[in-house]
Amino acid sequence: MAPPSTATADQQTIPQLLARNVARYGDKPAYREKEFGIWQSWTWAETQGEVEALALGLLKLGVKEGDHIAIIGRNRPYLYWSMVAAQHCGAVPVPLYQDAVAEEIAYVLDHCAARFVIAQDQEQVDKVIEVQEQLPGLEHMVYLDPRGMRKYDHSKLTRFDALQAAGRDAQAELKPELESRLARQGENTTCVMLYTSGTTGRPKGVVLSNRNVVETSKNSSEFDELRPGDEILAYLPMAWVGDFIFSIGQAYWTGFCVNCPESAETMHTDLREIGPTYYFAPPRVFETQLTNVMIRMEDAGRFKQWLFHHFMAHAKKVGPAILDGEQVGFADRLKYRLGDLMVYGPLKNTLGFSRVRVGYTAGEAIGPEIFDFYRSLGINLKQLYGQTEACVFITQQPDGEVRSDTVGVASPGVELKIADSGEVFYRSPGVFVEYFKNAESTADTKDGEGWVATGDAGFIEESSGHLRIIDRAKDVGKTASGDLFAPKYVENKLKFFPNILEAVVFGNGRDRCTAFINIDLAAVGNWAERNNIAYSSYQELAGHERVLNTIQAHVEEVNASVAEDPMLAGCQVHRFIVLHKQLDADDGELTRTQKVRRRIIEEKYSDLIAALYDGSPRVSTETEVTYEDGRKGSIKADLEIRDAKVVAPMKVAAE
Amino acid sequence: MNAMTGNYTTADGRQIGDTLMEMKNITLRFGGVVAIKDISFDIHEGEIRAIIGPNGAGKSSMLNVISGFYHPQEGEVWFRGAKRPTMKPYQVAQQGIARTFQNIALFNGMSVLDNVMTGRLTHMKTGMFAQALWKGKAEKEEVENREVVEKIIDFLEIQAIRKTPVGRLPYGLKKRVELARALAAEPKLLLLDEPMAGMNVEEKEDMSRFILDVNDEFGTTIALIEHDMGVVMDLSDRVVVMDYGRKIGDGTPDEVRNNQDVIDAYLGVSHD
Repeated sequence: MAPPSTATADQQTIPQLLARNVARYGDKPAYREKEFGIWQSWTWAETQGEVEALALGLLKLGVKEGDHIAIIGRNRPYLYWSMVAAQHCGAVPVPLYQDAVAEEIAYVLDHCAARFVIAQDQEQVDKVIEVQEQLPGLEHMVYLDPRGMRKYDHSKLTRFDALQAAGRDAQAELKPELESRLARQGENTTCVMLYTSGTTGRPKGVVLSNRNVVETSKNSSEFDELRPGDEILAYLPMAWVGDFIFSIGQAYWTGFCVNCPESAETMHTDLREIGPTYYFAPPRVFETQLTNVMIRMEDAGRFKQWLFHHFMAHAKKVGPAILDGEQVGFADRLKYRLGDLMVYGPLKNTLGFSRVRVGYTAGEAIGPEIFDFYRSLGINLKQLYGQTEACVFITQQPDGEVRSDTVGVASPGVELKIADSGEVFYRSPGVFVEYFKNAESTADTKDGEGWVATGDAGFIEESSGHLRIIDRAKDVGKTASGDLFAPKYVENKLKFFPNILEAVVFGNGRDRCTAFINIDLAAVGNWAERNNIAYSSYQELAGHERVLNTIQAHVEEVNASVAEDPMLAGCQVHRFIVLHKQLDADDGELTRTQKVRRRIIEEKYSDLIAALYDGSPRVSTETEVTYEDGRKGSIKADLEIRDAKVVAPMKVAAE
Repeated sequence: MNAMTGNYTTADGRQIGDTLMEMKNITLRFGGVVAIKDISFDIHEGEIRAIIGPNGAGKSSMLNVISGFYHPQEGEVWFRGAKRPTMKPYQVAQQGIARTFQNIALFNGMSVLDNVMTGRLTHMKTGMFAQALWKGKAEKEEVENREVVEKIIDFLEIQAIRKTPVGRLPYGLKKRVELARALAAEPKLLLLDEPMAGMNVEEKEDMSRFILDVNDEFGTTIALIEHDMGVVMDLSDRVVVMDYGRKIGDGTPDEVRNNQDVIDAYLGVSHD
């Protein structure tokens, strides 16, 4: 069914790639980790020695082909070796989130019937011990950091280096077995099993074959011209598919070096010291860094502030264009060079981005301001769209075609299809084999022809061929007039304004869209202070006329930008209310991860929604609130409803 | 219920060795004030020994006697099987006794790393000038010492503040840095003067963990003064209780907890 792999027969599995890298780049660094204040490094040849010793040790423990070996801990070379060693033995590595609580670990270990666990330290070992009674299949644990475990019962517990030593001792006896197992592996052997975090229901084990991983890694590495000598910093959870593809798949395919930070707290120092050339971070990391830069600039002297703002304004004007290789005047180029010398260069160095050639962000919408800030500095930050089920890559932005509102074109080897419902489907060599022990979910997600449902709604922009994701498919609806209704698309645009903390857009099945808006107390409060506006409560500030004017201006700006898109023009916000209280997880209005719970909000504020649609200029309401100690109270409010200007949709697409 | 002699095994299965230090009939006076009156107790190798008592009981004075800062008027201090002559604190330190202070005593302007490095002073053999020139033996020696220090930094999980000046650190971390400096001396006996004072619950848990780990991992004998009874009872193998300069109890936490004199001292029964 699947087209044959384009990788040659001896480059089909991770262990094969390791052997190839030893031959090609034997004395080049494969792993580095900062420990004891120094970057310790291992070459590809040394890595193979370590992995082999561990694999032999695992054989000695009795690992069978097809066994699942769970790996829990932070990014450390030893744990990456553990995954590759498991693959050598024909076993399936199952990395787990290190911050998972004991019950979550119990579920996963039980579900995949793991016989062995390799854990980083006492904390992780303790979690497994806590639940081991529910896990009759669990036989043995291996741990890395011996600290605090001297007194543990070692009958079912082995130290990592002791296991390696045992493996080395048994080399003569077990090496033939290891080699015959390696010889039996091919592109259809399972490479890894990753559990998806599971926002709905239990986590599902996504089975990825060597073909999935190696093909995807090959395609994506070639797309971005990754090369040996590239450096990445491995700091995102090992259980996340991205880390597996970047730090194992692409690293082994390309032969670049994986650097592990000393600890989570030293990440930024380590990032500066390594200066990665290939970097990934979720939007919030970029956001926090930008905020830190801005706060520190405010403490700087006046001259430095002037210098910073002057050159940043210039960078904003011409930086992205220079990065995209467009035509830029000589004077502007010269000034940009000067800015690079005085501002951009030192700033990039401070952030650890001096050498970034390819940077990616994904996972959530990134604010255009934030995105442009990094691009204007000359950092090639791009967006990609991916899923565990696709081995990450579904679409990505090619160099020179980078925008904050798209997620790029189909990655090499990926086919895209938009269903009538607007849901995005894809098919690629990276498409997962199955959900482990869950044929039903597999069938729901992947059809017979290999098309996978993403659960996200989007469309392909005709002018550029880029994919744009608008919302979760289940939240997307139609307005009464039949226009597409994508609340999150509009909410994200609203939330990019610092004054707006949260927004909820309504309109499914109605004749027009309306919105609830929460102001950001920090930003608006700061503004009020500077403008001598007195207020005594959140409610008073939220109802202040000038605040409403500002928010109205924001909403109208968003309407104008939404109207640019003929498909989404129906999502413009006609009327809105600035809420008198902040939406709160304690009141059940948000999830604990701060996501809006639409149904509950719709029920709770049905009176406000009714007022939004019946045209009344004001509405009185009483809302129940839960205080942090669990007591309940209520707030009364008289709220003004504002009408926002809407723009007639453009008949002809811009450009 | 008096101090046990010889080796014993603790409740959690640790093997406690021979007597490391013995205080014999110590009396310490400041003019007319008797701070410590005729106190005897011993500390075994590998054990965690607590000294507790109400304010002004003479606990810190006792620690200062052990560290050689105060010299008792009467009594003898025996360390590793030999009677200790009157010594200066640095000589005591060279013997393998390190301490932390109730009021943190670090070099505020220096980085964490440099502060911890000062703990290696007793292990450095090259002179000041050789170190300033940083050639040959001095260089090698510094690298070796740095390795020891880095292991301790790793152990106490203070990598992220390695290069931070101590003055900028919050209190709880300063306490940890002080412990790191004491550990850098690789002491036989570690004296901790109120290691948990002023900490919140979480910081106390962390510090308790570190104290137990130090004892477990390096086999360091620990004598500590602490006010938090929960901590003392959980951590220590044996406890000496002092009140008004006298010893009113000595034994395992359970024994001490049920000792009527101790209960009286803490609940404030009038002294005749």
